[in-house]
Amino acid sequence: MILAPAKTIVRRDLLLALRRRSDVATALLFFVIVASLFPLGIGAEPNLLRSIAPGVIWVAALLSSMLSLNRLFAGDHADGTLEQMLLGAAPLGIVVAAKAFAHWLVSGLPLVLIAPIIALQYDVASALYGVLALSLLLGTPILSIIGAIGAALTLGLRGGGVLLSLLVLPLYVPVLIMGAGAVEMASAGLSPDGQLLLLAAMLVVTGAFAPLATAAALRISSE
Amino acid sequence: MTARTIHWFWYASPQTFFPLAGKIARVCAVLAVLLGIAGLYVGFFVAPTDAQQGESYRIIFIHVPAAWMSMFLYVVMAFWAAIGFAMHTRLSGMMARSLAPTGALFTFIALWTGSLWGKPTWGTWWVWDARLTSELILLFLYFGFMALQASIDDRRRADRAGAVLAIVGVVNVPIIYYSVNWWNTLHQGASVSLTRAPTMAKTMLVGMLLMALCFWMYSIAVALWRVRCEITENG
Repeated sequence: MILAPAKTIVRRDLLLALRRRSDVATALLFFVIVASLFPLGIGAEPNLLRSIAPGVIWVAALLSSMLSLNRLFAGDHADGTLEQMLLGAAPLGIVVAAKAFAHWLVSGLPLVLIAPIIALQYDVASALYGVLALSLLLGTPILSIIGAIGAALTLGLRGGGVLLSLLVLPLYVPVLIMGAGAVEMASAGLSPDGQLLLLAAMLVVTGAFAPLATAAALRISSE
Repeated sequence: MTARTIHWFWYASPQTFFPLAGKIARVCAVLAVLLGIAGLYVGFFVAPTDAQQGESYRIIFIHVPAAWMSMFLYVVMAFWAAIGFAMHTRLSGMMARSLAPTGALFTFIALWTGSLWGKPTWGTWWVWDARLTSELILLFLYFGFMALQASIDDRRRADRAGAVLAIVGVVNVPIIYYSVNWWNTLHQGASVSLTRAPTMAKTMLVGMLLMALCFWMYSIAVALWRVRCEITENG
């Protein structure tokens, strides 16, 4: 059964995250704080806030998801678990996909749940909450999956964190455009289906292929 | 008659490639200078003044070829990176690493000349238009590739890690391009197309093609010269 190792890894990573709850909370707080800084810098004019809300929430989600990427493989690399995973019988692509999924459950899913509250602060029409949450639900897993490539490439390098952002952020651009675009379309009274379907398509394609690149990168990094 | 085997991999060794790279680089450097002089002459003295944009349009003789090269060199870089990744040839990694700075340079030149053209024409240095934005993101991709290579001391690991990044990047470039395109477009449509008749004066096209060839030769010369440095440093 090919999914058995995936299940084990997801359960293990969730358990590890549960034991160190503060790590999860920090990324979430970062998201809230970044989103709260924009009105302070730009001004609290409601119309302005309403129009920048989708973009601000999406950029904050991007940064918050990226900040926690470092932890994706670093711990396993430090204590030698990663080497066992590389040597183990389970296909590395599956292992990597499971780890990215666990990362999303810990860092992406909370953002989906908390985003409507940020939207409330920005005076976004309540009819848009569903689209916003749905776009994040489809988009944030892509961030974890693509980010895993960057995390694997920068594993154990000096200045890994800053380098990681340089590698990963340009690759996040399509997700940002489609995610924020979906909410903007909905707020203009148009159908956001096109953007949402494209996000779903990106999720499927990256979910299928990016773990292979991550697996190759992990093998390079731990030679 | 016996079939002669072709030694495809004869020049894959840095040692045998070194003198060949020197020869090709010298020829290309001379050609780049000659083509550059010819292209600039045609561009500045022969090509007619544009009816709408006046003299300021002449920046396209640098801008358009630079933009072509910036995108093309990324693909070439990813190609060599992929070859090196698949076949474990050291020279391919050196090629990819040598092409990256030239590609980044042309991306920067394209952005810079674009904004010089944008000021008199659009009245602004920068517009968040689809092509400008995707060119900017391409520049970030080049920087990411170079930063990753620079931060790994082990050359073998640097080449292989860079290869993964370049391949992921080259898959992403069209996706980025189309998403940015959909996001916003204000730029004029492509002025040169292979499928329909060119809408510009013939001399303008000749000047642009001469400059494009000049940039090709320059890229080859500089990249090969950088490969020679790489070989002497790490060969």
